[in-house]
Amino acid sequence: MAAGDRVIHVLDPGPQSTVQDLGRAGHLRQGIPPSGPVDVRAFVIANRLVGNPDDAAGLECTVLGPRFTAERVCAIAVTGAEAAVTVNAAAAPQWATLVLKPGDTVRVGAARTGVRTYVAFSGGLDVPRVLGSRATYLRGRLGGLQGRALRRGDALRLAPHTGPRRPRRLTAAEIPALEAEPEIRVVLGPQADRFTREGLEAFLSSPYLMLPQSDRMGARLSGARVAHHRGHDIISDGIALGSIQVPGDGQPIVLLVDRQSTGGYTKVATVGSFDIGRVGQVKPGQRLRFRAVEVAEAHRLRSEFQQSLAQAAGGGVSR
Amino acid sequence: MALCVELGDEISVEINTRVRALEYLIQQKGLTGVVETVPTFRSLLVYYDPGQVGYDALCAALGGLAEQADTAVLPPARLVELPCCYDPELGLDLVAAAERLGMTTAELVAAHSGAEYLVYFVGFTPGLPYMAGVPERIQLPRLTTPRVKVPAGSVGLGGAQFCIYSVESPGGYWLLGRTPARLYDPEAAEPTLLRAGDRVRMRPIDRAEYDAIAARVAERAWQPVIG
Repeated sequence: MAAGDRVIHVLDPGPQSTVQDLGRAGHLRQGIPPSGPVDVRAFVIANRLVGNPDDAAGLECTVLGPRFTAERVCAIAVTGAEAAVTVNAAAAPQWATLVLKPGDTVRVGAARTGVRTYVAFSGGLDVPRVLGSRATYLRGRLGGLQGRALRRGDALRLAPHTGPRRPRRLTAAEIPALEAEPEIRVVLGPQADRFTREGLEAFLSSPYLMLPQSDRMGARLSGARVAHHRGHDIISDGIALGSIQVPGDGQPIVLLVDRQSTGGYTKVATVGSFDIGRVGQVKPGQRLRFRAVEVAEAHRLRSEFQQSLAQAAGGGVSR
Repeated sequence: MALCVELGDEISVEINTRVRALEYLIQQKGLTGVVETVPTFRSLLVYYDPGQVGYDALCAALGGLAEQADTAVLPPARLVELPCCYDPELGLDLVAAAERLGMTTAELVAAHSGAEYLVYFVGFTPGLPYMAGVPERIQLPRLTTPRVKVPAGSVGLGGAQFCIYSVESPGGYWLLGRTPARLYDPEAAEPTLLRAGDRVRMRPIDRAEYDAIAARVAERAWQPVIG
């Protein structure tokens, strides 16, 4: 069968499975967010396990994964949140290359720990690039599969696979741990001076509960009030990845990959890019804590994260 | 990583011009390590790669450029004329707004369409222009209860600000009318219509012309007048 035929048939899409690659940079000034995976590390490792370049398009699945059939031989890998994976009803490992035969049916179950699972396909999902990326931005109906989540009956094409075909499986030590109450590193500002001392202390010392309204735009949290002393509105300014907005109710919102580009609420701090994936894997009902670091420390943590990512799953595949 | 350059704490043409000039200078000089920029009323958010430029070095470079950032550096602004149908069926608050202001709907429409508006920046949702410069005599505080759904193309007033909703979204502005122009079209090669620094004028049209233009927009056979 020729490359480029429709080879993945979606039997059940799951509540929100979207096509993502590493996202579209450069369009926030038009109000268009980068999108891409919330948990970049899990996404990149999935691609490496099937011999893809890091930015090949795969699926991000929220809470419950899809069920699909492969029409021809291909390799897949499932990473991210911990979920039961089966191939033709037999249990299959996560963080491993799975080679599928024609007619094989894969099911990615409900996330037991974590929120988002990633499925990479050898060659990558072949959807058109929009503004330079295949990532789906649901609110803007942009990219991916006509800007929408997967539906039952969708047929997906795979791009020709040119990378290595060496099945492998991560050791337990190589699999990123999902903690019960992760400590998330933040840099205070840009409006930390708009909060009371008690408010800032509460922010840095109390646990915050993840709320079910959280999505790819923002993680909504509930906990000790981060109190303002000069009102909660500012003249709108830009919202960085990881910006923590605090509206009048004193409850923080961590803004993620599908965020609004600008906003008018005070921002108490910014989560380092290296900890975004950890925020995105905290389940509703689970808690996280914040710890403040200086800019220099944040840069060091970022470079550490990038080095460890560069080596993960045997390193990146050159194109 | 990102840092926010604040050039003031008010909505003014002067401060916003400096923000846009700073962004333009960064683009022109190709500042090392800068990945992407987001202008707003009074600040510029600068995304950077700390692998390429350190925080202190970037702050110093931005400080130097900020000193040169004034009107003189910017290219000439575009003037965009957008048709707008001020019909109570499309401008759901037109009648109530005129009543509250103590004027006729015709007077309100004349005042709104008689002014020229600066696009301070585009943001929040794709292609949504933040504009100010609404004549004082037609300024109203925002609605006490925001609408859950405002249709795309709705033209709204809130204080001195004026916006055109680019996608269907919640909103708290007084809706005066609707433009058939698409400010955001995910299928177009260039999905957003307006840019920071554009000047915008609204041209009043009747319902028949609105419908005619909307039909051409749907076929992608219509573009606004841009001078």
